[in-house]
Amino acid sequence: MSTSNQTEEKIEDIVAKIAELSRLSINSEEIPAYQQQLGHIIQFVKQLDDVGTENVEPMAHPQDQSQRLRADSVTESDQHKYFQENAPLVEAGLYLVPKVIEKAEE
Amino acid sequence: MEWEVVIGLEIHAQLSTKSKIFSGASTAFGAMPNTQACAVDLGFPGVLPVLNSEAVTMAVKFGLSVDAPISKRSVFARKNYFYPDLPKGYQISQFELPVVGKGSIDIELEDGESKTIGITRAHLEEDAGKSLHEDFQGKTGIDLNRAGTPLLEIVSEPDMRSAKEAIAYMKKIHSLVQYLEICDGNMQEGSFRCDANVSLRKKGAEKLGTRAELKNINSFRFVERAINVEIERQAEILESGGKVVQETRLYDDALNKTFSMRSKEEANDYRYFPDPDLLPLEIDDAFIEAQKKTLPELPDQKKRRFIDQYALSLYDASILTSNKDLAAYYEQVVDASGKQSKLSVNWVNGELAASLNKENMQIAQSPIKATDLGVMVGLISAGEITGKIAKTVFEYMWNGEGDPLAIIDKHGLKPITDSAELEKLVDDIIAANPKQVEQYQGGQQKLLGYFVGQAMKVTKGKADPAQLNQLIKKKLK
Repeated sequence: MSTSNQTEEKIEDIVAKIAELSRLSINSEEIPAYQQQLGHIIQFVKQLDDVGTENVEPMAHPQDQSQRLRADSVTESDQHKYFQENAPLVEAGLYLVPKVIEKAEE
Repeated sequence: MEWEVVIGLEIHAQLSTKSKIFSGASTAFGAMPNTQACAVDLGFPGVLPVLNSEAVTMAVKFGLSVDAPISKRSVFARKNYFYPDLPKGYQISQFELPVVGKGSIDIELEDGESKTIGITRAHLEEDAGKSLHEDFQGKTGIDLNRAGTPLLEIVSEPDMRSAKEAIAYMKKIHSLVQYLEICDGNMQEGSFRCDANVSLRKKGAEKLGTRAELKNINSFRFVERAINVEIERQAEILESGGKVVQETRLYDDALNKTFSMRSKEEANDYRYFPDPDLLPLEIDDAFIEAQKKTLPELPDQKKRRFIDQYALSLYDASILTSNKDLAAYYEQVVDASGKQSKLSVNWVNGELAASLNKENMQIAQSPIKATDLGVMVGLISAGEITGKIAKTVFEYMWNGEGDPLAIIDKHGLKPITDSAELEKLVDDIIAANPKQVEQYQGGQQKLLGYFVGQAMKVTKGKADPAQLNQLIKKKLK
């Protein structure tokens, strides 16, 4: 019983961490539902474990083609005024965002 | 307890392409904010990245110069994290299949020994934008001009055992990328940056200790200091029975301390996956062979040649070849001097290096042209001017007067070699110093120096001291 509880707690933490990484705000009541849904997804994907992949080269792209390259030349012109029409806040040519601080602690 | 220091470096070299790695926006430094950030760099919906061929060429050149295999097939991956200066929410990088594989480079240690440092890999990636935290009252300003600038991340093996070795390695890579002309190496502008992974383990232990990563240190001096204070910090923790935490730390040069940077640890799950917007990069043998042929003479080859061809010491050759421009300058001086390779190195690594250092200038900014310095060296070796006069000539050249022959003419620095003129001058000095003459003739041989000194003073250094010596000795016999 106690071991199962510990595992449950751990999974709750995992769900919370995934939410944090995805920048999703979820409350603790929602966690069991997400936990269940994520569990289903993992079970579904887990079926792949049964497939023998020893001699299969990992696929990086579904199309069997290679990258086409462009010449190194400047082809873009300055359109920042146009792009910045979409920005909520601009000053001195800079996009302004809520203050981000690299918090350093001893 | 004796601790062994283990250091690995991740160097980010900004590739000197004209346009960005995945877009046609300019990479020129110093433009007005956001004027060089196009729709691709900004991550607008519907845009697609297209890889810059020159960035690939540069990565291949680097790989070849460190004897690393070039991957026939490499893959771009998305490294996901949230930060305002990363508009797409991911950085395009390479993960499992980098373009450059395992290589190595030799560094020289202070005792003259050399040591091979392994290079784990080098991969292509895009740079992020810049965040400006000051001046915007509670807001952060974002400049995305740098977003999408091509970087080559060069990852070393944990092969370095001291801060000094780490610096030697960093300087070697710094010199190499400039020889290859793939990076301008400008550290103030952030074209060449370094993260250091530092850990300690008990002497003789196999297993690596827990490491701390020191981020973005932008000068050789600070890298050395940051590593050393970090070593001290970890040793203190371990000595007192504690454990080092794996984390990212920032170096504060004003306090000479490293600080934990917790904010980045939170989201340290990059969820790499192959970028579906970019097909695998394929490089064929013909391309690699063609690049091999374009490689310039590299620092180590040049160093060996300088030792052979110019009979230089390892020390002098190392200094000269540490910088491509300096090496080229030296060779021009030698040519103009009539192959006076040793006298040339004395002036280049001596007087000139000191003057440049004092003004905090690079060799490329030298106010003295290599050919002018070479001509001057030639004049010294031919006995046309004395070393003392040469220093005066050097001063005039440093102040922009150019041609040493013209300087000698204009400022009347021609040496006095006419023996009749010198004889007259020595006679005058003897006549004016009867007391010293008496003492000298009474056995005080060291007064010879006094007479020579007087003669040099009168001639303003334009006479040859050896010639004066002989002449005065003869006269006072």
